[in-house]
Amino acid sequence: MNSSKKLFVFLRQPQRIHTARTQIQSPQCLLPRCSRRWSSVSQRPGADHVHFPGAVNSKFTTNLEFQRPSTHPAIPTYRIMDSDGIIVDESRAPKDVKDEDAIQWYKDMLTVSIMDLIMFDAQRQGRLSFYMVSAGEEGIAVGSASALTPEDVVFAQYREAGVFQQRGFTLDEFMSQLFANRNDHGRGRNMPVHYGSRKLNIHTISSPLATQIPQAAGAAYALKMQALQNPNVAPRIVACYFGEGAASEGDFHAALNIAATRSCPVVFVCRNNGYAISTPTLEQYRGDGIASRGVGYGIDTIRVDGNDIFAVREVTKEARRMALEGGGRPVLIEAMSYRVSHHSTSDDSFAYRARVEVEDWKRRDNPITRLRKWMEGKGIWDEEKESEARTTIRRDILKSFAAAEKEKRPPLREMFTDIYEDLSEESLSQMKELKAVLERYPEEYDLAAFEGGKDGL
Amino acid sequence: MMAVYPCNMACFLPLKRVQLRPVAQSRYIGRALRLYSTHLPNARLNISTDYSSTPILHHAPQSALANPELPANVQSSTTKRMNMFQAINDALTHALASDERVLLFGEDVSFGGVFRCSMNLATQFGSDRVFNTPLSEQGIVGFAIGCAAEGMKPVAEIQFADYVYPAFDQLVNEAAKFRYRSGGTGHHIGGLTVRMPCGGVGHGALYHSQSPESLFTHIPGLRVVMPRSPLQAKGLLLASIACNDPVIFMEPKALYRAAVEQVPTESYLLPLSKAEVLKEGEDLTLVSYGAPLYTCAAAMAAAEKDLGVKAELIDLRSIYPWDRTTVLESVKKTGRAVVVHESMTNAGVGAEVAATIQESAFLHLEAPVKRVAGWCTHMGLVYESFNVPDVTRVYDAIRETIDY
Repeated sequence: MNSSKKLFVFLRQPQRIHTARTQIQSPQCLLPRCSRRWSSVSQRPGADHVHFPGAVNSKFTTNLEFQRPSTHPAIPTYRIMDSDGIIVDESRAPKDVKDEDAIQWYKDMLTVSIMDLIMFDAQRQGRLSFYMVSAGEEGIAVGSASALTPEDVVFAQYREAGVFQQRGFTLDEFMSQLFANRNDHGRGRNMPVHYGSRKLNIHTISSPLATQIPQAAGAAYALKMQALQNPNVAPRIVACYFGEGAASEGDFHAALNIAATRSCPVVFVCRNNGYAISTPTLEQYRGDGIASRGVGYGIDTIRVDGNDIFAVREVTKEARRMALEGGGRPVLIEAMSYRVSHHSTSDDSFAYRARVEVEDWKRRDNPITRLRKWMEGKGIWDEEKESEARTTIRRDILKSFAAAEKEKRPPLREMFTDIYEDLSEESLSQMKELKAVLERYPEEYDLAAFEGGKDGL
Repeated sequence: MMAVYPCNMACFLPLKRVQLRPVAQSRYIGRALRLYSTHLPNARLNISTDYSSTPILHHAPQSALANPELPANVQSSTTKRMNMFQAINDALTHALASDERVLLFGEDVSFGGVFRCSMNLATQFGSDRVFNTPLSEQGIVGFAIGCAAEGMKPVAEIQFADYVYPAFDQLVNEAAKFRYRSGGTGHHIGGLTVRMPCGGVGHGALYHSQSPESLFTHIPGLRVVMPRSPLQAKGLLLASIACNDPVIFMEPKALYRAAVEQVPTESYLLPLSKAEVLKEGEDLTLVSYGAPLYTCAAAMAAAEKDLGVKAELIDLRSIYPWDRTTVLESVKKTGRAVVVHESMTNAGVGAEVAATIQESAFLHLEAPVKRVAGWCTHMGLVYESFNVPDVTRVYDAIRETIDY
């Protein structure tokens, strides 16, 4: 911020501190009251704590010692089962998880994974414009979503297809969005993978990174106010997802700070998968990941093994409980994983990382095989069930795929609707202009794909 | 240290200065008075606006209530003398009292705001609904978008329009496109209003003077509104809060204390995207919005006296989407148009208005559409009076357009 504004702010500082405690009736009273306030917080002789308003519990020291990140141990990573699907500490076993729930989550992860393979290839064949897979991160999405209530509001980045799948987004809905047909909730306006659903309380994904994070804080504040104003409404939280790269944006900083100062019931879920497109985390930050920052904002924080769906679920459940505690507060979860796939269909990740590294992650550890091993160890899953599930899921996806691909695009008027609640006079006149062009040059435009052709305007 | 602020405010606001005791005047602002406010002894056009007699303001309750845009119950009610910050405060009070979804927040709004627009609101409506945010514009607007997305009606304040740029991404990519990209999900952030003081004040220099409205008029999905007076500010702000689209509400800070008029005490809405013909005329159409309307009125009066020119004065009020019909009808009648605004000429609102007139009223034009606006430079501290369109420049534009 520029210095001129800083000057304004500096001059106002005493008022700020003062008003945090009392209400001021008129400007005339500012001066005397502020003076009193300042004298009351001044240093008492012999005190061992500072009384600066900015850090009231800090002890004095004569030891000239800088706080060094390197001397702080890295925040540990919580897990329940190891990469072989074995429960590490039996006392933490997922006892509240019913077998059929685990199987359903497994199928949700499998669905996302199979859809990813099909749609990635479909993009390669030029049948849709773009796609982004979730490979390696299905556990974070499905595990965390399973810990929310259907009324909890979700803001996502774009690699959270598992959240949509777990909450009940249908294959037809996925496919309609990907093919931008007339059944797409987004009315054919957004790039593929920018899903959204009113029914599932998930806001539509937008491409600008991290913009959803302060929005999630605001939405959480809205939910908190609504619960206060109407005690019959069950308290709800907001879950907000983003990658470790997005956490470098100013919006991340703005969001965590305002969520903490306004005590918003929001759970921030950072997917730390090691890469932001080609940029490895070493070029993204030098601190202890994203989790270490939460503490700096005064936010309760945990790091979790993102390949362990049970750990992600348990951590999110607890975070949700804490977020609603005592009038609300934010919680930060950093879920560690590895981005097995390319960033998107527009990216060849072998240009910046070794194929062997990726293959190693695929083989050694991923959330789907980990849960599968756990289920097999428990005797509730086997090769036959696996093969049947894969066949069924694949068949259902291809069915929706074929139907969605054949479907018409929305009518052309949807290009102009929803800019404002009502069509503006300007939009109406431009629709007329466009229609006239389409009528004069019918050979130049492909109208057949759009519902109603030129009359769709 | 605390004395700095009231002094500062007084410098901003000429009318307040007159009310100060002579001692205070000499101690705090005597120097400012000479430097910034007095006109040259022989000046005839560039003299200070007399807000107590300008025809832009309603000095009598009857004229305020006669406004045909006011609903009948308001027309038959009472008025109160208010300046613009009081009218805005009054509007916010009505909004907060009538709808519990309304929230008010920003930097320093809790103690009343650095321009006093939110005085007593935190006390009256509680710190859950009227509160300070951390100092982060992208955070304020992002937070407000989230509130609105979940059905609240946030009124976010950006302390000066000059500091809205950190929130530009949230406004352009998020607020403006929220309804469009959500499509059939029905999610929208229509409840959002973002208020910001704008415009020159005599000594705001580079970062306390800007009028970035044209940056927002290039964004589909945002409504941009700027009132000219207390009565207008109240009605347009209440309409912006009620409106189901995100609104950028820009408040000319030079008018906060200077513009005083009779304002209906009841709650009322004035229409958005509707211009208002302030004075009818046959010879020339003068289009403006915000603070320069006072300059236009003075220039018109001089032109009428000197040259016998009867100009028609139009206040756009909503700068986007704007009322093209009213402007075009007027120009088709007069055949001549001058557009006046404070922000710089290039790609300013005047460019859009002039192009629209040229496209849709070409055969009616008898002179080129003239733009009187800020020069294409920054607001250097001591150059403001040469940069902001003044009575002389508007007068000269009227004369040139008539003589063409």
